[in-house]
Amino acid sequence: MSADDRHRDRALDPATHHVTPHATHHAPSFVRDALRIARKDLLIEFRTRSAFLAATVFAVLAVAIFRFTWDPTAIPAMDLAPGVLWVIFTFSGLLGLNRSFALELAERAYDGLLASQVSREAIFTGKVLANLVFVAAIQTLALPAVVLFFDLPVGGAWGLLIGIVLLAALGLSAVGTLFAAVAANTRLAELLLPMMTLPFFVPLVIPAAQASAVVLRGLPLSAAMDWFKLLLAFDLMFVFASIVVFPFTIEE
Amino acid sequence: MTHSPTTTAVSDPRAVRGVDAWLVIALVAVVAVCVRAIWFTPVDAMLGAAQKIFYVHVPAAIAGLYIACPLMAISSLGYLWIKDERLDRLAESSAEVGLLFMGMVLVTGPIWARTSWGTWWVWEARITATVFLWLMVLGYLVLRGAVETPESRARLSAVMGALAVILVPFVHLTVRLFRGMHPGPVVLKPEAPSLPPEMLTTFLWSNLAFLLLFFVLLRMRYRWSGLRNAVVAMETA
Repeated sequence: MSADDRHRDRALDPATHHVTPHATHHAPSFVRDALRIARKDLLIEFRTRSAFLAATVFAVLAVAIFRFTWDPTAIPAMDLAPGVLWVIFTFSGLLGLNRSFALELAERAYDGLLASQVSREAIFTGKVLANLVFVAAIQTLALPAVVLFFDLPVGGAWGLLIGIVLLAALGLSAVGTLFAAVAANTRLAELLLPMMTLPFFVPLVIPAAQASAVVLRGLPLSAAMDWFKLLLAFDLMFVFASIVVFPFTIEE
Repeated sequence: MTHSPTTTAVSDPRAVRGVDAWLVIALVAVVAVCVRAIWFTPVDAMLGAAQKIFYVHVPAAIAGLYIACPLMAISSLGYLWIKDERLDRLAESSAEVGLLFMGMVLVTGPIWARTSWGTWWVWEARITATVFLWLMVLGYLVLRGAVETPESRARLSAVMGALAVILVPFVHLTVRLFRGMHPGPVVLKPEAPSLPPEMLTTFLWSNLAFLLLFFVLLRMRYRWSGLRNAVVAMETA
């Protein structure tokens, strides 16, 4: 292990001050750095669990409220559930995204991170990965809750449904993390993030809700193909674009 | 960065003058076009008097959606590239004036829809895309208002503006597909070539008048932002 690597470890790893041997020595440093950033963020989240608990409680409460304001005799569950699912995913995801940069800006730890040898693109990718895990974890709990409360006949479609959810969660995390970095520099961070991100989530939430509806109705997969393509295209374009423009959110 | 005070804007006395002569000309042109549209243009046989709203609606859409939005996005992208303070001001000005024109589109549209379709609002592709775009530009302007220093304001808002370049085709495609699966009433906008000559003339004049108004307002807003930045630079110096 080189001196550089040891420096990286100290800067990024709040858990261990001793140097641990890494099996990923041959991996490109970009991937390695990104994974370390993600690990650091998740470790902090795992130790406090505050944002995760808040987002989960919010998601479950939202499902319950939707269930009790819904008249099953007027609207079939199948017409309402996909929309409910994605409203909950979007808003509970935002709760976690806000915290993504606020944590580091508080004690000026962000300056330390930027001063380390990790590239800005790797910092961003790591943050996106951490947020992806965060959003996916909330969805893991919210998805069964919606299925249970709305009595949805998922049957053998679990795999597909999870695929759609993950595909949308990736785009959501990439765009959300970028705007969290933008909002962290402003006075109205918590208020501003939904204002900026929600118009950007439109091309993500509509295809995701439509594809979920197709899957839940048990229609052939070909009926959802256009939506899948759109989700995939959104992910590719916006993940790439966010990585490219992220360095501009940092003060030179 | 390159945020020097714009001395040209201050030394230019025309920029400081209260009322812009061009604004007077543009407003007179818009009023003249409205008079022509209301009293001197025949009433559409099928759509009735409500059709006259198109002489405001369509020109506002052309200026707000097809000129202001791309201008905002492209100048944001340009700012990230060459960091010229004038591009940031251009993005800011086109966003603000564009929001006004898009607002005109979103107000006149439902008024027409109420009389012709019998409903204020329909989630049709073009309308849906317009409302999301309007919300996006609004978010952009709120972001600008929430950043203190001019340099980071320019940088952060340009990030959002640059991402908007990619967003617009996606929103367009998404809502087109969305409506494609759920066919509803379709907007039947009168096609220009199929209009009778008198209506076509009014339509073309109204487009010219509104475009003039748009560019005059854009120019005023751009100059005003230059003066504002110069004042900020003097105060902080």
